[in-house]
Amino acid sequence: MAKAENNKYSKTIQSAVAEYALRLGDNSLILGQRLGEWTGHSAAVEIDMALSNMALDLIGQAQHFLGLAGEMEGKHRDADALAFTRDAHEFRNFWLVEQANGDFARTIARQFLFSTWQKPMLGELANSTNETLAAVAEKAVKEVSYHQSYARDWMLRLGGGTEESHHRLQRALDDLWGYTGEMFAGNGVDDMLVAEGISVDPAALESGWTIEVDAVLAEAGLTKPAVERMTSGGLKGHHSEHLGHLLAEMQFLQRAYPGLEW
Amino acid sequence: MNDSMNTDWELFEVFLRAKNGLNHKHVGSVHAADTTMAIGVARDLYTRRNEGESIWVIASKDITASDPDNSDALFEPAKDKIYRHPTFYEITKEVKNM
Repeated sequence: MAKAENNKYSKTIQSAVAEYALRLGDNSLILGQRLGEWTGHSAAVEIDMALSNMALDLIGQAQHFLGLAGEMEGKHRDADALAFTRDAHEFRNFWLVEQANGDFARTIARQFLFSTWQKPMLGELANSTNETLAAVAEKAVKEVSYHQSYARDWMLRLGGGTEESHHRLQRALDDLWGYTGEMFAGNGVDDMLVAEGISVDPAALESGWTIEVDAVLAEAGLTKPAVERMTSGGLKGHHSEHLGHLLAEMQFLQRAYPGLEW
Repeated sequence: MNDSMNTDWELFEVFLRAKNGLNHKHVGSVHAADTTMAIGVARDLYTRRNEGESIWVIASKDITASDPDNSDALFEPAKDKIYRHPTFYEITKEVKNM
């Protein structure tokens, strides 16, 4: 499918698609890895399962998006090569998803802010003129609908729970809020691909996201953080110090024993 | 697992229906704060391999069970009533399938 499509694009579009698929894949991969860190550490086995299910959904998405990125860039790198052999500056994920898990409230806040962006994004992407992107998005949007409702449910529970849970969630929101602006900013890649009907315009997602987030914050009795300046850099490969540590753990095996399989 | 958390959370019994037309079957139990969460947790734990398309949950405390000490009185009398099984009766050849 994607192979045939490879030929129909100009070189410029092709490398823009590679870049775009890389972003989508990296967001899913890095958040999936983060959620996977909870395995065996959650407060209850039920939460352990929920978070690792989500991690697997996200890593599955990453496999497809990175696979497409690899084909489009045409450098003989498959999804595994892209996941395990790139350095931090070559990753295109948002700062939001690489932030450390912290406590459960922080993990939930991060998930809610991201899934509330990812769900409508995938819904739109399912109409992409690129068949691979459309097919992956159509499958993934169902997974992410569940992630969003899971996170939303916990936002309400923690926000309206005890003084302690409310306080922790508010603190998490305050800390993470400054990373949300990046989700709605694009660059030349977006301009080019939106015009071709291939990608989703990030700016167009902001109003819907704001409505949903505001509604949940209000229902949970949480205060919307006021942030003067949003932090970003993922599109250019600039990241927080957290990503390097995450990659060191995630990539260790392939770095130490290149090509190892089991 | 954190014990204090699980004493806060109630136990729910989970029933799954594999597909339309079959009945819900008991598959296990989960801890959750309420029925909404129990459905979510049950989905995460028991339907990961496509096992079901409908979930019922019920608080374990709402189930009334028979008393094991009463087993003799409740179940023993049925044990020698073999004529209550359809296999007890001979079926004439003319009735091929029953």
